[in-house]
Amino acid sequence: MSAPTFDLGKLHGGLRLEGRKAASTALEVQVLPVPSQLILPLTQHVGDQANPIVGIGEKVLKGQMIAKTDGSLSAPLHAPSSGQVVAIERWPVSRRYGEPAPCIVIECDGEDNAVDLSASIVDYKPLSPDELLAQILRGGIVGLGGAVFPTAQKLMQAITAPLEYLILNGVECEPYISCDDMLMREHADDVLQGALILMHALQVDKCYVAIESDKPEALSKMSEALSVIDDARLVLKLVPTIYPSGGEDQLVQLVTNREVPSGGLPTDVACVVQNVGTSAAIYRWINHGKPLISRITTISGDGIAQPMNVSAPFGTTIADIVKFAGGYTDRADQLIIGGQMTGKSVTTDDVPLVKATNSILVLSELHAPGEELPCIRCGECAAVCPIQLQPQQLFWYACADNEKQLREHGLIDCIECGCCDLVCPSHIPLTADFRTAKGRIRELADEKARAERARARFESRNERLEMEKQNRDDELQSQKQAVKKTGPQAIQDILDRTNKDKED
Amino acid sequence: MDFKRQEAPFALPSNDVAKVMLHVLLALVPATLAYVWYFGPGILLNMIIAAVFCVAGEAAMLSLRKRPIEATLRDFSVLVTAALIAFAMPALTPWWVTATAALFGTVVAKHLYGGLGFNIFNPAMAGYVVVLVAFPLHMNLWTAPRMGDLDYHFMTIFETARYTLTGTFPDYLSFDAISRATPLDTVKSGLVAMSTFQELQANPMMGDFGGRGWEWIGNFTAIGGGWLLLRKVIRWHIPLGVFAGLLVPTTIMYILQPGIHPAPGFYLFSGGTILCAFFIATDPVSAATSPKGRIVYGLGIGFLIYAIRRWGSYADGVAFAVLLMNMATPAIDYLTRPHIVGHTKPDA
Repeated sequence: MSAPTFDLGKLHGGLRLEGRKAASTALEVQVLPVPSQLILPLTQHVGDQANPIVGIGEKVLKGQMIAKTDGSLSAPLHAPSSGQVVAIERWPVSRRYGEPAPCIVIECDGEDNAVDLSASIVDYKPLSPDELLAQILRGGIVGLGGAVFPTAQKLMQAITAPLEYLILNGVECEPYISCDDMLMREHADDVLQGALILMHALQVDKCYVAIESDKPEALSKMSEALSVIDDARLVLKLVPTIYPSGGEDQLVQLVTNREVPSGGLPTDVACVVQNVGTSAAIYRWINHGKPLISRITTISGDGIAQPMNVSAPFGTTIADIVKFAGGYTDRADQLIIGGQMTGKSVTTDDVPLVKATNSILVLSELHAPGEELPCIRCGECAAVCPIQLQPQQLFWYACADNEKQLREHGLIDCIECGCCDLVCPSHIPLTADFRTAKGRIRELADEKARAERARARFESRNERLEMEKQNRDDELQSQKQAVKKTGPQAIQDILDRTNKDKED
Repeated sequence: MDFKRQEAPFALPSNDVAKVMLHVLLALVPATLAYVWYFGPGILLNMIIAAVFCVAGEAAMLSLRKRPIEATLRDFSVLVTAALIAFAMPALTPWWVTATAALFGTVVAKHLYGGLGFNIFNPAMAGYVVVLVAFPLHMNLWTAPRMGDLDYHFMTIFETARYTLTGTFPDYLSFDAISRATPLDTVKSGLVAMSTFQELQANPMMGDFGGRGWEWIGNFTAIGGGWLLLRKVIRWHIPLGVFAGLLVPTTIMYILQPGIHPAPGFYLFSGGTILCAFFIATDPVSAATSPKGRIVYGLGIGFLIYAIRRWGSYADGVAFAVLLMNMATPAIDYLTRPHIVGHTKPDA
């Protein structure tokens, strides 16, 4: 077994949250049968919507590309099972909290016939990084930790910078979520093989695999797999169970002791972070020709009869997954897609499972702990802030709409982890307030930009008018000059003409 | 199935203001008992009077400001103010003095500045300073503490209440018979009269460090303060700052000229130093807010306590020191902002 290392950088604050992962890790990952209908949102990633390349009525095979990118920041989509496209219409999606967005709807035929993708299986080792990234792009792979940034584009951006470390994120620090834990337990080799591909693409020769200390089983499976691979470039790092150590920038800080600069990316400190799920997906696509069409997701919470992890095709509705997990209990009051700390509450369980869905939580109603009280500036929020912001000061300036101070106190650096909310004795929804304040700052910036454009237009118009006037003046002046110059001669001419007339 | 929309995080805060304030009140219990033991039940009456007027003042202001009365009173912050005012008063204080302090503290210092969270000045200290300046005669009448003092006389709760409410003593007692200068006063006037600190210390009434009785009240106050630190209701920065700000200059002076300067231990255990370090200066609303800022704030208070006791005309300087540093809080906060992660180029 390869022993993990512990030497870590410092992370400020954070919270030791109750893990609540035992319920969903009791069973192995359960494979959900393909449902009769799949709803596939065209935007399952950061960036532009993918463009459908199938028409209504068209038959599709499992793994067939059904929507492509057109060169912008986006990721293609593949059919999770075989069947017929019956509609391209708007359907409730979790990204919009249950509001509708364009989706491809496939009526499955139950055959699950796969398209032959053996041609796309490549030996990556002789490929140049660019060729390899182009291949990754075709697999529809996006960051599976929840941020869903198209992986190929993230890597393309990364290789333009000098790099030292690839960091695989197996931290999964939010309560309830255990899909990465289960993936590492059951498919440790896929994850590490993916890391080797990523290291080739990035041309780095050090990879830290970060695993949280509350996942001993995943750690031992990963160590075993690592000793089989026997590659000294891969190193396991045990990370303390403190929320939010799994945030991208926070993990870089923990593992390398480098701070990602404000507004920058991990690549600015020579690091690239990839989720363990993304790594496994890359391996399956490159080595086995399996595009990203399903994922492991955690379904848990006191509102679920049988919490578990399921592997389900994208497009399965949350309602179907809940039914598979034994249905709702009578404590099912809110549905959250994502984690307890940063997830999104959605209004309906009609929303489909998408690439971003790492967790489905059904929780009982939170009983408001009483009125929101004034801030007493106790500073507990600042003590837990991983960015070392002072939420008590930010809150003050947010109330006063003081944009300058909000910027100076680092509002835009807030990662909205929610730690401050949980320690506030006055029960102020700080994270929500900061989200609003950020929106307001963006609005102000837009307004400013608009005003700036208007001012520029106005100034250029004035300039133009001024120039036209100048031109007119110049012309007039030159005419006058011309008249002045030719004046005496002209008078003489007229006089001559008159005299001549008289003579006649 | 349909669900309600809510905002992340989907978890409840574990702490609340009322819990914080109740912790503070509970932490004052040992000190209160010690106070009762040494100076009689007067402090309990003062606490009741202060509480009644603080609550009345707050309720009146809340109703004028059209704010929820019951919910706000239930944060218990006003009771902490009342308790601290009672601690600052001599055991025998006429009710209207305590009432004035309580009303000024809540009405003017707290609510005219916007209520809990918005007051610039510590309400208890603001109220105390007003009566200290307005009624110096009543504020300087301290009785002799129990234990080893010939002038000590135990007044029953009824006798105490009679004095508090009507200002009259039982027939067989007079104020002069039971009053006694505080150790701080004794040392201050003694040093002016050219006695050395060692001569003054020889008086058994001076106890080991800060005066009989007083030093034990200090110890019991520190027990409560330590408990607050353990429960993380307060953090260590301000108490450490106060102690350092007071002990560093007094130690230096004592080493240089031990005759004319009181020992650092005397400064620490006399007057309100320990109460200030754990309970008064740590009022989060009027204190600096960053860890570094809180150390600076504490240092400032500690040093000002020394400066006022040394050069000022008041024997103790806690209240003035706290109010002066309250004024400096915005500047301290601005100058001691912590480094925001990612804001300076790290050494790669």
